[in-house]
Amino acid sequence: MAAISESPSGLTLPVRERAAFAPIVLDRLTHNYGHRLALDALSLEVKAGEIFGLLGPNGSGKTTLFRILSTLMAPTGGRASIQGFDVACDANQVRQQIGIVFQALSVDLKLTVAENLKHQGHLYGLSGAPLRFRIDDVLGRVGLRDRANDFVETLSGGMQRRVELAKGLIHSPSVLLLDEPSTGLDPGARRDLWQYLEALRNQENVAILVTTHLMEEAEHCDQLAILNEGKLVALGSPLELKSQIGGDIVLFETRTPEAAQTMAIRLAQRFDVQATVLGNSLRMEHGQGHRFATSAVEAFPGVVESMTVSKPSLEDVFIRCTGHRFWTEIPLDSANPAGKKGH
Amino acid sequence: MATLTATAPRLATVSKPGLWLAAYSLWLREIVRFYRQKARVVGVIASPLIFWLVLGSGFAHSFRASPDAGSGHYLGYFFPGSIAMIVLFTAIFSMMSLIQDRNEGFLLSVLAAPVGRSAIVLGKVLGGATLAAIQGIIFLVFAPLVGVHLNLASVALSALVIVMISFELTALGFAVAWPMDSTQAFHAIVNIILLPLWMLSGALFPAGGASGWLRMLMRLNPLSYGVDALRNALFPAVASDFRLSTNLIVTLGFCALTFAASWAIVKRRTNKPAA
Repeated sequence: MAAISESPSGLTLPVRERAAFAPIVLDRLTHNYGHRLALDALSLEVKAGEIFGLLGPNGSGKTTLFRILSTLMAPTGGRASIQGFDVACDANQVRQQIGIVFQALSVDLKLTVAENLKHQGHLYGLSGAPLRFRIDDVLGRVGLRDRANDFVETLSGGMQRRVELAKGLIHSPSVLLLDEPSTGLDPGARRDLWQYLEALRNQENVAILVTTHLMEEAEHCDQLAILNEGKLVALGSPLELKSQIGGDIVLFETRTPEAAQTMAIRLAQRFDVQATVLGNSLRMEHGQGHRFATSAVEAFPGVVESMTVSKPSLEDVFIRCTGHRFWTEIPLDSANPAGKKGH
Repeated sequence: MATLTATAPRLATVSKPGLWLAAYSLWLREIVRFYRQKARVVGVIASPLIFWLVLGSGFAHSFRASPDAGSGHYLGYFFPGSIAMIVLFTAIFSMMSLIQDRNEGFLLSVLAAPVGRSAIVLGKVLGGATLAAIQGIIFLVFAPLVGVHLNLASVALSALVIVMISFELTALGFAVAWPMDSTQAFHAIVNIILLPLWMLSGALFPAGGASGWLRMLMRLNPLSYGVDALRNALFPAVASDFRLSTNLIVTLGFCALTFAASWAIVKRRTNKPAA
């Protein structure tokens, strides 16, 4: 990772030398809004031909990072570069390289699909026959060629999002940034979207960065960075991340948080297992989940209301890395379910 | 690791975006959006006409206009002010779309494009100004009703002045609307700044009849010079507050100033969310 800090900023390098750098490089990227630290010294890189997922709950800094990479906001510290261009200093060069799919639709509903794309092409310096060719190409790619002359407001939500994707691809970007692209999509449309992304990755070697708060979406990524409160807490392929957890995940539900606390202490004494308490449930990792779970339930008759044994999921990785659940801010080992984590 | 991740950036596939292509595209969008919303087309031309007839007729019967007031008839005096009002309304309306563009997300995709910030201001302002100017110029057909004898020279001069007023007011509207995130907030500022600007431009009453401090304000108001230039063009025989050359120079200067202000506001580097 040390090599990352050598990324040039403000230097005009020949294309061949630029190619030596990964398409997206973050070097101790930091951002704060007043006193609130939104990104805390984030370092990572996204390679060409890779779908890189940025997973984190709301407020983890995903959107802040997205704004910085799309040149809409300058970071307050550290550096981010795209194809060797610094996002803060060489904004216009960066803008040439990136295609962006915003979370909120940016298409103009009062224009037709083709008019939207024509406008977008003009913004990127495309016009005339090359632009017509590009419009036809991207519309074919997202399967909307027959809707080219329809007003965007008459299209379904899923189709509007495809127009959005086509808009982001009009100038054949080498880097594609997508902010929660499956917002408002039904499962079928979501699957289609991921097929487009995979095709882009495979055929055009585009570096794709996707932010998401959906675990099942994160599973599709080649590389995954888990963000929590502006910090990078885990980095690797979904498989690598899950294999960090040894064996199975065992979850017991008890009747009260107190019972859970007591059971955690007794589990440690009797089975030498470290259980983490989340409200009135206990969660632990164990090499032989099923055998352990059965004997534990037998050992504490009447305490366990229900139990689950499962293979580790990305959510388990998240809990392990952050000490709290994905959706709530209840810290681990807290008997008080209302206890909020201090910021 | 660097060599493994090598990829050739596709710099060659993207031509250098020009100022004019981007500005033209944004301008065209404003025009297309306007004529697709028929209610807007009807509203902006009908409402000033009604305003002009009702208010002008009412004033004309209630007050005796001062001797230096245009053609001497209040409807005539009010005519250049009506044009300024049409232009102002349209400028305000079209720059309200800036707030809408921001809230709908459209603006984000423009800001994230490799487009000079001046092109964004130019396209948007020219779009609004074109609509405003077209309506102002159409309104000239009513000029004969207030005793104006239109000839080629007076129409050309009026049209030029209308274009300049349209540009300065739209650019001013742009600068006001840019930092706003709601149309309600924009309306509040419109009522505080833009409407008084029009009221104190000699559109409603002549500076000659106003009290000292008010006359001072009217002299400092850049819009006064635009309205006075219109008066020069439409009523060449009537003595006006300023010379035509002064009016044109001040108006042109204000066009440049408002454009520069909008440009500076958009260009501002920020650590805060752009939208």
